[in-house]
Amino acid sequence: MTDTSRERILSRIRAAVDRAQDVPPPERDYLITHTSDDPIQNAELLQRNLSDYRAVVHRVTPTGLPGLIAERLAAHRARSIVVPDAVPDSWLSACAIARHRDEGPLTPAVLDTVDAVLTGCALAIAETGTIVLDGGPDQGRRALTLIPDLHICVVRAPAQIVSSVPQALPLLSPSAPLTWISGPSATSDIELDRVEGVHGPRRLEVILLDGVA
Amino acid sequence: MSAAFLGMPPFPRAAEEAVHNTTLRANLRHATHTIRAKRAKAVAELSDWEQLREAGRQIKDHTLRHLDRYLIQLEAAVTEAGGTVHWAADATEANRIVADLVKATGETEVVKVKSMATQEIGLNEALAAEGITAYETDLAELIVQLGDDRPSHILVPAIHRNRAEIRSLFADEMGKWGRAAPHGLTDSPADLAEAARLHLREKFLRARVGISGANFMVAETGTLVVVESEGNGRMCLTLPRTLISVVGIEKTVPTWRDLEVFLQTLPRSSTAERMNPYTSLWTGTTDDDGPRDFHLILLDNGRTDVLADEVGRQALRCIRCSACLNVCPVYERAGGHAYGSVYPGPIGAILTPQLRGTGSAIDASLPYASTLCGACYEVCPVAIDIPDVLLHLRGRIAEQGGPGHRVERAALAASGWVLRHPTVLAATEKLAAATRGMHPRRPPGSGAWTTSRELPDVPTQSFRDWWQENRR
Repeated sequence: MTDTSRERILSRIRAAVDRAQDVPPPERDYLITHTSDDPIQNAELLQRNLSDYRAVVHRVTPTGLPGLIAERLAAHRARSIVVPDAVPDSWLSACAIARHRDEGPLTPAVLDTVDAVLTGCALAIAETGTIVLDGGPDQGRRALTLIPDLHICVVRAPAQIVSSVPQALPLLSPSAPLTWISGPSATSDIELDRVEGVHGPRRLEVILLDGVA
Repeated sequence: MSAAFLGMPPFPRAAEEAVHNTTLRANLRHATHTIRAKRAKAVAELSDWEQLREAGRQIKDHTLRHLDRYLIQLEAAVTEAGGTVHWAADATEANRIVADLVKATGETEVVKVKSMATQEIGLNEALAAEGITAYETDLAELIVQLGDDRPSHILVPAIHRNRAEIRSLFADEMGKWGRAAPHGLTDSPADLAEAARLHLREKFLRARVGISGANFMVAETGTLVVVESEGNGRMCLTLPRTLISVVGIEKTVPTWRDLEVFLQTLPRSSTAERMNPYTSLWTGTTDDDGPRDFHLILLDNGRTDVLADEVGRQALRCIRCSACLNVCPVYERAGGHAYGSVYPGPIGAILTPQLRGTGSAIDASLPYASTLCGACYEVCPVAIDIPDVLLHLRGRIAEQGGPGHRVERAALAASGWVLRHPTVLAATEKLAAATRGMHPRRPPGSGAWTTSRELPDVPTQSFRDWWQENRR
C-alpha cells in the first residue's frame, strides 16, 4: 500500500504545482549575528541570557573548578553523580560522592536513582542562552543529561562560545544526536505561569571555565 | 480529520456558547494578552526580524514549489541514516501504519509527544480501537486527556482551563490512568507540575514505543527537529526502543542551514522566548544512543489539495507558532473549540476548510470567523496573508452555493444593478428613509449570518437629501 501512496502523493504534488512559477532559493539578507564577536562580551551575554531563564551560571578558572563543583553538589545535597567517559577525574577531585560511569550502559531505572550529572558541551550560543550537546565523549548519551534532576555543564570560555544560531549550525554535525538546552525544563501550561522542572532536570548549573582557548 | 470534531455546529453557534462562558473568556483573555506582550518584546530584540520573516517565507515557498524533489531527497537521507520511511495518503492509512508498527513490537502502550498531526488524524482513538493505549506526556495534553476534553490552542492546548479546574481534574482522574495525584494537592502551578512529573515519569521509564511529530525535517540531511519546553519530548524521543514520527509533508525544509531562520523565528513567535528550553535534532538512529528503530510517516491527508490552490497554498508555510491565535480578537472571545478542529484561530480558519474541504456547515463557516483586522498577518513569522486567503475562501464558498449563499448572491446581483442605475438608487434611498419605521431589526434570511447580526438603524433622511440641504 505504501508504495502506491508514495506515487500517489508525489503525483498529486506535481499536478498541484505544475503551472506554478518557479520559486528560486531564498535570499539571506538577515544578520549572521546580533552582537559583537568580542569574546568577553559574548561570555557575559551567555551568562545573562542563561540566567534570564533561571539557569544558575558560575564563572571560574581551571584551578577553582574542582572546588566549585564540590560546593555546588553539596549545595544541592547530591549524593550520587553520573559522569561521561571523557570528563576528567580531576573535575570531581574535591568531592567524595558516589560516582557512576555509564557502564552497561546504565538503564533509565538506574539513572532515575542518580542525583546529578556532570558534562562538558559541544558549544554554547550567547544570544539565545543555549548550550548544545552532541553526544561527544564528555557528554555521553542523551539519557544521562535527561533523567537525573541536577545537570552541571562546563563550558570552556571563550573557545566554545559563539554569538548566534547562524554561527552555531555550521559547527555541528547533523549525524550526531543534538540536544539544545536553554535553561532548565519548564512549563507554562498552567495559566502561562512559568514553572521550572516538569520532566527534564529541574536544576541546570552552567560553569563558564574562563581562560580556556 | 479527527472524528471527535464531526458534527460540530458551525462557528457562529459554537462561538455564541463560548462567549457566554465567562470563566473561559477570562482564562483566554489573561493568557493571550500575557503572551502577546511578551512576544512583541522578544521580536523587538532582533533588528533583522523582517528579513528573517521574508527568508522564512521564501524558504517555505521554494520548498512547496519543489516538494516532490525534497521529499524524495528526505526519504533517501532518512533511509541512509538507518530509518524507515512510510507514506500515508490519508488519516486512515497513517493510523493503520502506526498501529501495525506498534503491534509488531508486541507492546500495548505508547508514550506521545504533543503532535498536531497525530491529533489531526485521530491517532489516539484509532490506537484505542486496536487495544493500544496512547499516553499524552505534554502537561497541557495530559490535562486535556484526563478531562476527556479537546485541545483549544496550538501551543497551550489547555489554555481554556484555570488552575482550580486542573487541580480537581488531577485529583479525580490521575489514579485511573496510573499513579494517582498526591493527597492534599493544591492548585499552585508548581504543585500541579510536580504531580504530572511523578505521574508521567513511571510511564517514561517503562515505555518501549514513543510517538512524535516534528517541527522540521531537513531534506539534505534527513534530520528531524522537535522543539519543546518540558523535557517530555526528550523522554519520548530518547528512552523508547522504537520511535514513530508522523509528520505532515509540508514540514520539510531543504537544507541544514535553513534551520538558522526558523530556530530564530519560531521560539520568539510562539513562547516569546529567545530559545525554547529543549530542542532535539536526530538523524535516523545512532548506535548506543536512543531508539534502535526509527519510522517516519510522511502524511498528506489533504495537504496536496491545499497545495493545488494558488492563493490558499501559502497556509502550508505555517510553522504552528500560534502567534496569530494570540492576537486575534475573534479567537480571544470565541476560544479554540468553536473552530471545530485541531487548528484553531486564524490559521485554523484557513487551513481546516482547505484540508477537509468546505462540505460541512462548520467548515463552510470558518472563513467567516474573522473580522479581517489583519493582526494575524502582521505577526506571522512566515508572512501568511491570512485575510487574503479568508476572502479567497469566502469567494469559493459563495460559488459553491447553499441556501444562505443563494440569497447572498441574489442580493449582491440586485445591488449591482441598483448601483449601476443612479436614479433607481436615489429613489431606493428615499424609500428606505421614508419607510424606516417598518424595517425589521434583523436582516431577513435564515442563515447564521442573519441571526447573529442586527441591522443598523436607517437614518431619517437619505444621504442625497442631506447633501442637497447642507452642502449645496
